[in-house]
Amino acid sequence: MDKGTWTVKAGLAQMLKGGVIMDVVTPEQAKIAEDAGACAVMALERVPSDIRAYGGVARMSDPSMIEKIMEAVSIPVMAKCRIGHFVEAQVLESLGVDYIDESEVLTPADEANHIWKHDFKVPFVCGCRDLGEALRRIGEGAAMIRTKGEAGTGNVVEAVRHMRAVMEGIHRLQGMREDELMAEAKRLGAPFELVKEVHDSGRLPVVNFAAGGIATPADAALMMQLGADGNFVGSGIFKSSRPEVMARAIVEATTHYQNPDIIAKVSHDLGKAMPGLEIKSIPEDELLSKRGW
Amino acid sequence: MKKIGVLALQGAFVEHVSVLNRLGVETSLVRLPQELDGIDGLVIPGGESTTIGKLMRAYSLVSPLKELIAGGLPVFGTCAGMILLAKQTTDPNDYSLGAVDIRVRRNAFGRQVDSFETELSVPVLGDTPFHAVFIRAPWIEKIGDGVKVLAQLHDGTPVAARSKNVLVTAFHPELTGDMRFHAYFLKMI
Repeated sequence: MDKGTWTVKAGLAQMLKGGVIMDVVTPEQAKIAEDAGACAVMALERVPSDIRAYGGVARMSDPSMIEKIMEAVSIPVMAKCRIGHFVEAQVLESLGVDYIDESEVLTPADEANHIWKHDFKVPFVCGCRDLGEALRRIGEGAAMIRTKGEAGTGNVVEAVRHMRAVMEGIHRLQGMREDELMAEAKRLGAPFELVKEVHDSGRLPVVNFAAGGIATPADAALMMQLGADGNFVGSGIFKSSRPEVMARAIVEATTHYQNPDIIAKVSHDLGKAMPGLEIKSIPEDELLSKRGW
Repeated sequence: MKKIGVLALQGAFVEHVSVLNRLGVETSLVRLPQELDGIDGLVIPGGESTTIGKLMRAYSLVSPLKELIAGGLPVFGTCAGMILLAKQTTDPNDYSLGAVDIRVRRNAFGRQVDSFETELSVPVLGDTPFHAVFIRAPWIEKIGDGVKVLAQLHDGTPVAARSKNVLVTAFHPELTGDMRFHAYFLKMI
């Protein structure tokens, strides 16, 4: 019996596909998310829009809060650690969380290095802005990738930019001759073996979700039509005026993303979506997506 | 040509489609009741059973599925699919299809850090062991009349079973490249 293998780490992400992973800060919210059909929850102390508002250093959540959420639901529970903070990751692994998000939403602990994720039995998901960044994280052992988007804004524009960049990078590689791949690996700053793998298969070696600014059912379906395997929704659910209804609508729009009649139907009477933020109004050094490389 | 429907509400349905296509059968994705028309068999994939179950209910798939399976439609459920097909589970839910007389424990092995791979002896597939991937997997606690166990772990826990037209595995044959379980399912059609 082999535990913590690459196949079971990447395999759990495969089981999450077509689903919605929701940020929750209490066991009650976790229950609401599960009842609405979330395929997993992300346990954290503050949703990204509140982290933005509070300022200061954002760290891993209190273990007792994560444990209470793990007890409350039967679906997988994820939790975030700071970029490069491998001891926070060790703590989360010891708590038994099902996935760790090495996340730019928290304040980075290391500006040069990300965690060497191959050393862990628990799988990791990491954010990316383009194909090169995705392949660097996979090279370090991430078993799942998500776009960074711009968390806590309710503005989908950055998630769209990042998803299109990943897809454009894949299409570009597919169109290349083999003798062009080494130069492309250098340009991308990505491991050659992974560049070659994407060139041959025409897709990322792991599951790729959208994240960072998804706030409505139409946003969720947009990301799916652009090629996402599923959606993370952070502040978008519990900062809306009717979380239960919004959560269910985003789940249904993610499943039926190719069916405009259903997306229209579930978009009725959702109450107020979370208040949005124009990206240009955020000072450059407060952009979360600029954290990590 | 045979057409196999693959329930595509959530989870790893694309993996099943790709194995079935390699075996030379046509597939179609099922998200709505009318998409069940004209299929010769159905696969219920791995994923989150609560998510798939809630979407099955919200989009009125539960009663047509029950009717088709009672009428003899061959069905293959892996992991979450096995949970949804079981008559009894340790989770109270109201979306069970009750298609096979087994009792199933959800997340039976523990959390993700307890997910594992192992070699299983599966006599109906021949002498070569089957490499099985268990991800937050369920197991079978009780086997009813007319249900045959197809594979057990070393300690005797049943992890694959078949009744007349229903095949279930606690693990994921769609992830390993070994197509024998899917080929076995196609022979049930």
